[in-house]
This record gives sequence, structure tokens and C-alpha cells, in this order.
Amino acid sequence: MSTLDAHLVVGLDGFRLDIRLTVDAGQVVALLGPNGAGKTTALRALAGLQPLTDGHIRLGGRALARVPPEKRPIGVVFQDYLLFPHMSALDNVAFGPRRRGLSKRDARAVAAAWLARVGLSGLESRKPRELSGGQAQRVALARALAVDPALLLLDEPLAALDARTRVDTRASLHQHLASHEGAALIVTHDPLDAMMLADRLVVVEDGGIVQEGDAASITAQPRTDYIARLVGLNLYRGKGSGHTVAVAPGFALTVAENVAGDSFVAFAPSAVSLHPERPSGSPRNAWQAIIAGIHRHGDNLRVQLDGPIAAAADITPAAAAQLRLVAGQAIWAAVKATETRAYPA
Amino acid sequence: MRRLLGLLLVLSGCGVPANGAVTVFAAASLTEAFTRIAAESGLNVRFNFAGSAALAAQIDQGAPADVFASATRITIDGVAPVAFAKNQLVIAVAKGNPKGLNELSDLMRPDVKVALCAQQVPCGAAAKKALASVAVQPVTLEQDVKAALSKLKLGEVDAAVVYRTDVRASPDVEGIEFPESADAINEYQIAVLKESPNRAGAQAFVDYVRSEKGMAALVAAGFQR
Amino acid sequence: MRRAPLALVIPAVLGLAFLVLPLVGLVVRAPWASLPRRLAEPGVVSALVLSLQTATLATVLCLVFGVPLAWLLARADFPGRRLVRALVTVPLVLPPVVGGVALLLVFGRRGLVGSWLGFSLPFTTAGVVVAEAFVAMPFLVIAVEGALRGADARYEEAAATLGASRWVAFTRVTLPLVAPGIAAGAVLCWARALGEFGATITFAGNFPGRTQTMPLAVYLALETDLQSAIVLSLILLGVSVAILAALRDRWIG
Repeated sequence: MSTLDAHLVVGLDGFRLDIRLTVDAGQVVALLGPNGAGKTTALRALAGLQPLTDGHIRLGGRALARVPPEKRPIGVVFQDYLLFPHMSALDNVAFGPRRRGLSKRDARAVAAAWLARVGLSGLESRKPRELSGGQAQRVALARALAVDPALLLLDEPLAALDARTRVDTRASLHQHLASHEGAALIVTHDPLDAMMLADRLVVVEDGGIVQEGDAASITAQPRTDYIARLVGLNLYRGKGSGHTVAVAPGFALTVAENVAGDSFVAFAPSAVSLHPERPSGSPRNAWQAIIAGIHRHGDNLRVQLDGPIAAAADITPAAAAQLRLVAGQAIWAAVKATETRAYPA
Repeated sequence: MRRLLGLLLVLSGCGVPANGAVTVFAAASLTEAFTRIAAESGLNVRFNFAGSAALAAQIDQGAPADVFASATRITIDGVAPVAFAKNQLVIAVAKGNPKGLNELSDLMRPDVKVALCAQQVPCGAAAKKALASVAVQPVTLEQDVKAALSKLKLGEVDAAVVYRTDVRASPDVEGIEFPESADAINEYQIAVLKESPNRAGAQAFVDYVRSEKGMAALVAAGFQR
Repeated sequence: MRRAPLALVIPAVLGLAFLVLPLVGLVVRAPWASLPRRLAEPGVVSALVLSLQTATLATVLCLVFGVPLAWLLARADFPGRRLVRALVTVPLVLPPVVGGVALLLVFGRRGLVGSWLGFSLPFTTAGVVVAEAFVAMPFLVIAVEGALRGADARYEEAAATLGASRWVAFTRVTLPLVAPGIAAGAVLCWARALGEFGATITFAGNFPGRTQTMPLAVYLALETDLQSAIVLSLILLGVSVAILAALRDRWIG
């Protein structure tokens, strides 16, 4: 049975959030989406910090929509942690247990145990400003977990950390989420965090869910440009007929699969090759494009192409030098049909 | 500090005489009477009404005045002050005398709240003398006679010991005379100042104040000869 | 360090001189020789003690009512909040004497509230406290509201998700966060209450030992004895500066 069952409808001026979410006990779900998609609004609505316009929130069968935040069995790790600056790490973590009726002494014992679990023994008396970013993140996690929440909410839990700390913290966060018995929901715009921390991804754009599923199915078959870019694919939507999909007026892509009706076609930038002349031989998709921009992408160069379709191509610096690529240049682009993936929309 | 006060006064221009004008520094209690006298006399008079002590300080710091009319004795070197009016204390009560007060000893009644002036100001000093024979417990010692009177008008006190002229100038209060006030009669003095830029005009004003017509205006305002 | 521009330094120095010179005047003209004797006069000590007591009580009163009012202005959303904020600052622009008269019209013997309150505030020490609080409260409310606006309201939300009611979030989280602002506001409030004259003498009158605070004593001393007025002013000044300096080190610094 699902622990969390929510239909969140929030109308703000010029914006409407309308999503349905279920999260089972022990499961970690990531709410992934671009900035302004409504992820944080959804999290605030679950926590009770943002009233629902419509819909419902049920947690373990209990209706929560009209319950004030302090009465909800929900823990929140905020993006910038919001550790109380005037309290020690220990008192920050003890704050929740104390509010839930524990004596000062017992609350502190619980807090000390949680700090030990997140590996911060010995830092109990530090003030938040004396903690590193990674330490503060762990105190925030301990503080949220110390109230033993049926639902744990994490808002961009790793966004405030530098790249190096992030790797370590992500690993330890993964571990704590795995041992958390309640449901957990992570809000993030980082696909890597989402894929590594969550069992299931829910992608939100413009206040609605556009795709959900596990990481493998979403990366294999992205359904929006946003997701395609996230997973690093070129994505087109068009009318399929046999082995071709018409993705632009007068332009069709040849694909390996047999499709019919509304379809998506996706291929990786590395599947795109660039040629000074029209390439010949083997069944290929080839079209004349204009180079819109070139920038570094890892060890390679990413070339943005305009033309009948916009596309990204990854090529080696050596190839780029050989082709003498410059912005504004006309060039031929080609993709093998076998390197594309087509699937129904 | 006094020098600064005088300087500010000069800078603000309120004491600079116009051609032919007489500048008169006069005790605040003379406001009604002197305004009337000036109008009747036809003289070109400019007034600066304030507490007598403050005026004396201003003159001392060189404020350009022709005439000084004080509610107390004038003690300035080289001037010859003359007494021109007297003012007597009365018990001021609200119109209709709701507490039925008749004499000074009624101020000792526990249900009667009394306002006096502070001893540091002339009406307070006078009241202290006049009330020497009775043990009145005032609820407040006000900073000046108008403040004492306004406490009465607002109904916060039942009686205030103030000057007759103040009662005369306030339509919503009435005064009860009491014989003990004879012990503390206030004598007003007037003088032409040594540094006066307009001695002739100054003397003319003083003469008019002391004339029958001037006296009539003063009496009408509640002063005694 | 870069040199400060003269266009700022010159007016700054002039401004400082403008504030400090009157104090210099007081110090220079003070009759230092007779100071111990005047200080020992019974009226002086009772006025000083009364001033310190009433200013402190007025500050407590302002804290009790002003901090919640500031919270309401900074955090709660209600119709007419702008109007309420403007009303809070009214005592700042009102001449204190008018404030005193207004208080009489409300808390006086025949006032709107006073007539059924059963007891009379004018001419009592409580009246002094009320008059001082009336004039000083805006200083506290404005300072605390500013501090609350500067403090991140999301800390209160974080507290709520940890099970804290709004009251607990306010007392355990918000108050400690804005404590420096509250202390600064309280100091301003106390200083204003200590120097209060107009509303006090109008509302509470002047009676030694009961309602005569130092500013009233100074004013009346001015009528007869300038030297004495200077001494009283210096005593008030010295004591208040000493207390403020001590508090600053402990609470604000």
C-alpha cells in the first residue's frame, strides 16, 4: 500500500500546479524538473507551508490537507538547510523531538544519537556557522529524521554543495534514505542526484507531470525536450509511418523501428557525424545544416546545428580541426538509422 | 547657553524693530490687556510675550527691546522700573462650581483635587505664600499658570490656584476670591530699557499704559491698580 | 584603506560638531565645584530614581505590547496593515504635549476609558510610565519590525515542520534571531522615555517624588536657577550614557 497518496492542486497568480503523487513506505521518489516547474511548491504543499487550492493529501491513510504543518508527520530538509543559527548542532536536532513531547534530556539524547548516525559525533556544540557545507547538510538531515517522519521531504538537498563534497554527501544521503522506513520525496533539478538517490522519477514541467518511471525507462525514452536534454539526447516528435517519422515540414527521419502515428525519435549527439560534402552509401539520414555554435563538452566539442531540425552533435577536437568548423558555416549532418530510437508518443 | 539663546533670537529676527516701532517684551499674562492697549493707543507696537524669567534672560543677552513689562520686580542695572498693576490669586473652579468650594480651607477636602503652580514660577511662589495657613495637598505642581488652568478645564482637577486675570480670560472657569491672597499680591513692573533704540516711542507706550485709558484696559482684564 | 571623500567627511564632521557642541556647552558652564552638594539634594536623587524606574517600566511595557505589534506588522497579512503601520508612528510626529492632552482625553478622570476604569492615571507614577511608553513605543516597534523583516521568515517554517506551533516558533526561533534588533529598539525606547518631558508633564503633572522626573526638574530649575538646571542635565546625561554604554557592551556589541 502506498504511504503517500496526494493530489496537489495549487493556484498561484499565473501558475497552476496539478500533480498526483504516490510514494510507498521505504521508497524514494525524485521530483525532477526545470526551475519554475512547481517542484518546490509541491514540496511546500506537502509540508503544509502552502495551502492546497484543491486535491488531497493522505499519508498512511490519514487526511492531511487541513492539518497545520506542525501536526504533520513530515520532516523537511530545506535547500539551504535553515539550521537555526542561534542553536548548536545538537539543539537543532533536538528541537523536533522536544516539540514532540520528549523531555529536554531525552530529546538531546535522541539528537546525539542522530548526529552520531550521520557521522558528526564531536560536533554537537558547534553553531551552524562553524560547520562546513557538507556537515550542515548532514545536521539538516539528522534534524528532519529525528522526528521519525512518515514522509521525508528533501528540497535540492545537494544543490548548495561544491562538486567534491557533493559526491561524498550524495553517497551518505543514499545510505540514510535506504535505511529510512518512511516514504521519501526528493525535489531536484539535477538528473544525476535524481537517478542515484531515487527509486522512481517523476518529471514535472509547467506545473504538471510529463513523465514518470525508473531512471532506465526515462533515459531510454524521453518524452520532452527538457528530459532529452537532461539525459543528453536529441529528441523529435512527429508522424510515424513504417520506418520514417516526419519531424518537420518536408523533413523525415529514417528509423530502425517500425512506428505508426504520433512518435518520438531520439538519438545521441555522438551519433551525429559532420561532413563537408553530402555523405554517400549506407541508409543514412543526412541533411544540410548551419553551425549555430560550438563549445567544449567534456573531452569533445558539442556543435549546435540549425537547419530543418535543431540538433546537437558531439565530435572530437581532431575532427573539428580537420573540418575547420566555424559558426555560421554550412555543413552536412548525418545519423545512421540504427543509432536512432523511435517510440510511440 | 544663554548667549546661544540670545543669538538664536536675534537671528530669528523676532526682536528687530521696524522704523518707528516700539518693541515690547511683556509677561504672558499681559497678552490680552496689552494687545488692547496697543490698538487703542495708535502706537506702532511689536510684542514678544513670554514668561517673565525667559524675557529677562533674553534682554540680558542683548535682545533688542525698548520696553520690558514683567510680572515680577525688574532687576536690571540702570533702568528705573515703575509698578503699574497688581494681580491677585483666586481659586479657579469649573463653571458652576460643581464641588461647592467657598474658601481656601475647602481645598483640603479629600474629594477635591488641586493643581498649583510649581514654586519655581511666580504663580507658584505666590501660592506658597497665600496657602501658608492651610495644609493643601496638591496633586500636581504645574510648570505655569496656563498649564494649571488647562488641567482644570480638562476636568483632571477640581480647583487650581491661579491669577484673577487668567480666570477672566477663560470663559469656562470661574474664580473664587479668598482673603489670604492679599498676602501674595503680584506687582507688575514696567521699564524703558537702557539700550532702547526708540526711547521716545518707548516712553510714549509706558505713559499710555499708566494713563486712565491704559488702566481701564488692565482692570477689564482682571488686574488691580 | 582608501581616503574618505571630503564631500562626505566635511558634512559628517559638521554634523558631529552640531550634535556634540551643545553638550560641550553644558560641560563647560557646569558649576563643577558645587556639583557634589547639588547631587546630594533630596529632590535630585528622587527625581533621578523616579526617572530611571519609570523609563525602565515604560520600556518593559513597550516590549510586552510592542514586540507582538511589530511581529504582526512584519509577518501577519491583514487588511489595513499600511494604515496600522502609519498609526504606530503617530506618536513620533505628534508634539509630546499634544500626546499628553490626548492621553488625558482617554485615560483622564473624564476620559473615554478613564471614566469607567475606576482609577485615575493622571498625577500618578503609573501615569508617568504610560506617558513615556506612549511616546517611546514607536521607536521599539519600528526597530523590531525592521529586524523581523530582515530575519528570514522561513526559519519559522522550518520550526513548524519540526512540530513547533507559531507561538513556540516565535519564542524559540524568531525572538532569539531578532534579539539584537529588540535590544537596540529597547535601548532607543528607554533613552526616549528617559528624556520624555512634554507628554509626562501634561498627562501626569509635576509632583516631586511621584511624577517629577529629571526632565521636569530640569525645566523647572531653568525658571529660577540656570546653574542647577545644568547640573541636573549633566547628571541625567551621565547616568544614561553610563547605563547605555554598559548595556551595549553586554547585549549589543
